[in-house]
Amino acid sequence: MSTDRVAVDVKVPNQTRYLCLIGHIGENIARALKHYGGDKEKLAYDLNLVLTEAVANAIRHANEGDPSKEVHIEITIADRQLVLRVYDHGQGFDIGQFAAPRHPMEEHGRGIYIIHNVMDEVVYRPTDDGYVLEMTKNL
Amino acid sequence: MNLQIEDKGAAVLMDVKEERLDAHNSGELKAQMLKLFEEGKNNLIVDLSSVRFVDSSGLGALVSGFKNASSRSGSLKLSGLQLQVKSMFELTRLHRVFEIFGDVDEALASF
Repeated sequence: MSTDRVAVDVKVPNQTRYLCLIGHIGENIARALKHYGGDKEKLAYDLNLVLTEAVANAIRHANEGDPSKEVHIEITIADRQLVLRVYDHGQGFDIGQFAAPRHPMEEHGRGIYIIHNVMDEVVYRPTDDGYVLEMTKNL
Repeated sequence: MNLQIEDKGAAVLMDVKEERLDAHNSGELKAQMLKLFEEGKNNLIVDLSSVRFVDSSGLGALVSGFKNASSRSGSLKLSGLQLQVKSMFELTRLHRVFEIFGDVDEALASF
């Protein structure tokens, strides 16, 4: 059976002005899939959302808002599996503490919960010079 | 951020004229809300009918406004949510917190 194969590798400055660009890349990839049987517009929104949350997290927390740093994003689709990787240069954090839904009156800390809700598997692991948030979804 | 603010009498309307409400521009919305609270305008309607996409930072800014309005005996109400934006409120259970109206007129009539 034919499947979609996509590999996108992009680096952006550590600035929130690039969130829109990264989100739109995710959205457009979803819309371009030829062999996806589900709701493409829902997938498009979800990829936009997950990439926005993950990159915003890297910019603000891991890279501590330092505009001279970079965020590296990889989007891969192969064998009906979508993998998003967002690399940062931070010290890491305990992803488990943000996995549960926040109290409605909390202003922060919903991003990881949202990512968990949309994706099938979420792993945060160290790399040579920081951490990578690896998010997998079966298509 | 493209934000149109209009005093409607019973409440101040904040019309968010942006496609996205995210970590890049949600701080500005929060700052504008605080400015209104400081002017004693504690009843706000935030109209999101132009907003196609909202992230956790956008939701956080609205929660901040909601809490500030409530603590000043006012209220912050929402109108014009697009379907996918509404589903974000449901995912995060915030639809139980905010009063959400179909359009600005309905929201205004509730004050």
